[in-house]
Amino acid sequence: MDLPTFLVQCLNALQYGLLLFLVASGLTLIFGIMGVINLAHGSFYMIGAYLAFSLAPVFGGNFAATLVAGLMLAVIFGYALEWLFVSYLYERDHLQQVLMTYGLILVFEELRSILVDNDVHGVPVPKWLDGSVQLGDLMQYPVYRLAISAVCLAVAAALYVVIARTRLGMMIRAGSSNREMVQSLGINIKFLYRVVFAAGVALAVLAGMIAAPVSSVYPGMGAQVLIICFVVVVIGGIGSVRGAFLASLLVGIVDTFGKVLFPEAAGVSIYLLMAAILLWKPEGLFRQG
Amino acid sequence: MMTIARRFAIPLAVVVLLLAFPLATTGFYLEFTSKVMILAIFALSLELLVGATGLVSLGHAAYYGIAAYATVLLSPKFGAASGFWLLPATVACSALYALLVGALSLRTRGVYFIMVTLAFAQMAYYVFHDTKLGGGTDGIYLNFKPEVVLFGTKLFDPGKPVALYYVVLVSLVLVFLFLAVLLKSRFGRVLAGIKSNEQRMRAAGFATFPYKLAAFTLAGALAGLAGFLVAVKDGFVNPEMLSWHESGAVLLMLILGGMGRLSGAVLGAFAFALLQLFFQWEVVFGNFAKHWLLMFGGTIILCVAFMPNGLIGLPAQWRARRARKTMEEARA
Repeated sequence: MDLPTFLVQCLNALQYGLLLFLVASGLTLIFGIMGVINLAHGSFYMIGAYLAFSLAPVFGGNFAATLVAGLMLAVIFGYALEWLFVSYLYERDHLQQVLMTYGLILVFEELRSILVDNDVHGVPVPKWLDGSVQLGDLMQYPVYRLAISAVCLAVAAALYVVIARTRLGMMIRAGSSNREMVQSLGINIKFLYRVVFAAGVALAVLAGMIAAPVSSVYPGMGAQVLIICFVVVVIGGIGSVRGAFLASLLVGIVDTFGKVLFPEAAGVSIYLLMAAILLWKPEGLFRQG
Repeated sequence: MMTIARRFAIPLAVVVLLLAFPLATTGFYLEFTSKVMILAIFALSLELLVGATGLVSLGHAAYYGIAAYATVLLSPKFGAASGFWLLPATVACSALYALLVGALSLRTRGVYFIMVTLAFAQMAYYVFHDTKLGGGTDGIYLNFKPEVVLFGTKLFDPGKPVALYYVVLVSLVLVFLFLAVLLKSRFGRVLAGIKSNEQRMRAAGFATFPYKLAAFTLAGALAGLAGFLVAVKDGFVNPEMLSWHESGAVLLMLILGGMGRLSGAVLGAFAFALLQLFFQWEVVFGNFAKHWLLMFGGTIILCVAFMPNGLIGLPAQWRARRARKTMEEARA
């Protein structure tokens, strides 16, 4: 592998890992704070991609406007979903959460099939990002992929600031370690949960929307992302956003280079990574208290 | 007296019904019932882990699929294998992989255990999915189904669906009885103890790890039996048998049927398959039948909301509600 190819693969790994982080961060927050195993989280990614596809004509192909509208819809959707379904799951067993969110996946997939269709669609890359950067003499790298990485990094930074530096973040951190205590300190935990859930949904939808132009939009895209994100969450340690960040980069690197170096064993590589890490640290890299 | 009758009458009635079923029908419904009974064996094998020992595995389809692949790959290319050695050999393959996975994954607990079992199942999935070993994504056909020949007479002819139906039914009954006895034994009591409080079991002087590993391996072997039967029935295997969807589906059967009771696993397998069949019924749902997943998903959500203990827990739930009502009336 020569240097430009290596560089391109590094950038691909970074972009893929950061995109995974957007989905996985929401998953780990919902998991760690609310204690809900949300299998439907991959569906939110899928919904995001389909929103990017079906909202594009409405806004005449203006990508930024589509993004904003999609995110607003996502927050409303997440808020309503928590209120209607997820809020019944807090006191329940993990297995029942698995069952109900599995039911939600089926409903979302079928609704998608009824409302849109079962074809594979492409979403055009926005015009002002539709260029490429020269790498070495022969290689080029699309600007849009760099833009994805930049957006994801910005979101990660914002997430860090919110969780580590603000009052809301303090409540979130407290809520993840002791629910009753937070409640008795007079914090409206129901509202907090609803906000966290809506934020998690919005992050996954955002990931789906910005990934749509590079990965195309197809049925079943949610299930694929879901399993990988669970791997990320578990490697990072449940409930730890920092862990999810490192783990998603790790998974991005291992998956990308696994595909290049050992195409035969590409599918296995991240699971080998996860098994190895969990056998070494049975609670993930950064288990929260 | 009443409870004894109730305990044995219903399973006995079900078995008699299933025994008589081929007299009433052939073709599709016979094949369907065979398939569901195989799924029931599969669900029972997971019940030993999840319901009896409290170990939630999301990779149980691996053992089911490995045995199915072993059935095809170990069969001679030309001519039928004898069921006498093929069945033990395939079950041993699954048991061996379960032993290996169990030895490693039982070091973790809770959600981490769920994910490690998933990881090992995905590894097995990709071995069959990405390599030429089992025909890749296309899967592979079993050209000659195994026969059982004793003293020159053919005891089992795999060409006949009815013969296969009875083999599956007998296997289901035997697995059920075996697990029922096992769970009543000292071994089963230890598993129940581990489920309710592993720390306490260890304090009481039990080395819990060997018990958990034995349960894990045994569950893998029984799932292997189901995989063998399904490979013989369909004569075809593909990597999707090992996918996490399959592992998830069998877990759903358990949750739907109700955890902690063997009959819950069987009931769950039947309810799961019948619900799928029902919602795909075009006579009732017309054109909407092709969107059956929507109704299936909705039903699952309603089941979670209204039957926290699964189908098997419904009578107790109703009894409790009735008792509460009479209490309130008495107070008023």
